[in-house]
Amino acid sequence: MKLFKHLATSASALAVMATGAAAEISGGVVKIGLLTDMSATYSDVAGPGTITAAEMAIEEFGGQVAGAPIELVSADHQNKADIAANKAREWGDTEGVDAFAELVTTSVAMAVFEVAKQQNKIALVSGAASSPLTNDACIPTGLHWTYNTRALAVGTGSAVVKEGGDSWYFLTADYAFGEALQGDVSKVVEAEGGQVLGASKHPFPASDFSSFMLQAQASGAKVIGLANAGGDTINAIKAAKEFGIIEAGQKIAGLLVFLSDVNALGLETAQGLQMTVSFYWDMDDETRAWSQRFFEKTGKMPTGIQAGTYSSVRHYLKAIEATGSDDTETVLAKMREMPVEDMFAHGGVLRTDGRMVHDMYLAEVKSPAESSGPWDYLKIVRTIPGEEAFGPLSESTCPTK
Amino acid sequence: MKKYSGYLIALGLLMLAPTMIYPVFLMKLLCFALFASAFNLILGYGGLLSFGHAAFFGGASYITGHALKVWGLPTELGILFGAAVAGLMGLAIGMLAIRRHGIYFAMITLAMAQMAYFLFVSSPFTGGENGLQGVPRGTALGMIDLQNDMSMYYFVLAIFVIGFLIIARTVHSPFGQVLSAIRDNEDRARSLGYDIERYKLLAFVISATLAGLAGGTKTVVFQLASLTDVHWHMSGEVVLMTLLGGLGTIAGPAVGAGIIITLQNYLASGPLAAWVPVVLGVIFVICVLAFRRGVVGELRELIKRQF
Repeated sequence: MKLFKHLATSASALAVMATGAAAEISGGVVKIGLLTDMSATYSDVAGPGTITAAEMAIEEFGGQVAGAPIELVSADHQNKADIAANKAREWGDTEGVDAFAELVTTSVAMAVFEVAKQQNKIALVSGAASSPLTNDACIPTGLHWTYNTRALAVGTGSAVVKEGGDSWYFLTADYAFGEALQGDVSKVVEAEGGQVLGASKHPFPASDFSSFMLQAQASGAKVIGLANAGGDTINAIKAAKEFGIIEAGQKIAGLLVFLSDVNALGLETAQGLQMTVSFYWDMDDETRAWSQRFFEKTGKMPTGIQAGTYSSVRHYLKAIEATGSDDTETVLAKMREMPVEDMFAHGGVLRTDGRMVHDMYLAEVKSPAESSGPWDYLKIVRTIPGEEAFGPLSESTCPTK
Repeated sequence: MKKYSGYLIALGLLMLAPTMIYPVFLMKLLCFALFASAFNLILGYGGLLSFGHAAFFGGASYITGHALKVWGLPTELGILFGAAVAGLMGLAIGMLAIRRHGIYFAMITLAMAQMAYFLFVSSPFTGGENGLQGVPRGTALGMIDLQNDMSMYYFVLAIFVIGFLIIARTVHSPFGQVLSAIRDNEDRARSLGYDIERYKLLAFVISATLAGLAGGTKTVVFQLASLTDVHWHMSGEVVLMTLLGGLGTIAGPAVGAGIIITLQNYLASGPLAAWVPVVLGVIFVICVLAFRRGVVGELRELIKRQF
């Protein structure tokens, strides 16, 4: 009888402890709201794959962290900032969402930043590319995980110049993003001792690149830089193929190209293209194992954005596990304190401006002869150290850094 | 009194709605309902199919956003300023477009709206594809804090009601009657001595101004203005809302806007997330094939037949 009594008291003591731990978790559940583009331009590079990636991170914790269940809610923002802002606000106000994840396209990320700032919630940005997210537009709780335009410019720009590509000609999408990208890369190229011979601005979006490609060819530049994205990049590369630009000895440098773009273009067309990536599935045993599991679920190999979403959600949950709390300040402090250590990043550092600094990679698209089969598309030419890719913290113009 | 009882009930429901439904969502709904109603003024009552109304809606949202964020204007003045600029844009585009009829009218408005789009993409003040973010909500009349969603909701509701009353008044005025006459038979209206170009232009400007009022209000609600609002998709979406709800009915476009926005919002997080455009497309096809008068138009017809 005494034994039973003892058991009962220790059981109730345990129960109290358990509820005590769970009480640190707001609403008794850790809820992550993932906003992505499910149906339009970015559904391939981000989209459903990011939901799978986030689910894989949650599975690793067995669906539970610090004694509370983890719940993932997701929505399609259709690349519209107002839909994203509305959804994020609603999640925060009525559903007790603790953090926002993914957020592809910059306008969406910035809109959600505004909500996250007001509600004091963590925003884990993976898909959006613009550097201002950790500069002028930064917020204390906004974390930019996968890559940014500066890293792409520095990565591809300096690496290509070092490889001997010291004269550049740009094909630039005629809007703010294209011009910013061209400006960033030009600075890097000139700093490395290369020269920019000229640029052609093309309308956005464009389908016929033949005249621009001919101008680029006539310029005699060793490298043709594509300061555009998505469909424009794909069309430009196709035009380059038609005019035999690569066979004639000029190199194409894509500044915003994803693995799914290479998959869409095919190796025959894309071969020789140089690009900066945050992640490639075939780098080591860890990435291969994770990507294989991802492939089994989705039928595609992961892009950097998808792998980055996994990494950001995992690191967020690890911080909750370590602190036993989902309070924004506590978790954020822990996330900054712990190095980001997973298959996506090794020794990644989360800076106070919100930038997650990790190594980037310069890759070249293989020729069909080099490729051993489907998804064997890239060879890593060089590892770009995080500090070089993202720049020092002192360079950041974030007011709250 | 009986004639207005439906509207009074609707207003009563709208007053109570935010206690049950998420207010930010309702505010978005009201903004689009006003936008669609403004559009209906020229399509439903004037017979002018404009494919460029996004320019007024989105244009005003940028202007209001800039006025509030950079110039620090009071909220209500910022919205009015946005609407006034949209009205001026309407005057300029309208003067060109009303010289032509039918498809040519639609094409001119589309072309002008595309020009406005490219202007907004390349102007530095709009933030290009990043959009204009972090617009302050400010206070209404200098005393009510609009940061609170509830007070913001009643502020938006007031704007919607004012806009809606202006439209209803316009439609039922002699001016509106002449407009309908022009829609039904332009030559006859001209032979009766009406200066039809002036009527069309005025209707176009009123419609553009109210579309701008809706756009400016939306900016304050979401604290952002983005390219989505000036893109031609938006011009198409408002046509869809108007047709679905009921062309040439006072309440129809608001109902249509309600249906489209609700679908967009609730389908976005369900299993149909990747299929939102397809679902909307199918609904549009069904609407055009099966009930061409739109939801409200068919209901009205049904009631007429019953009694």
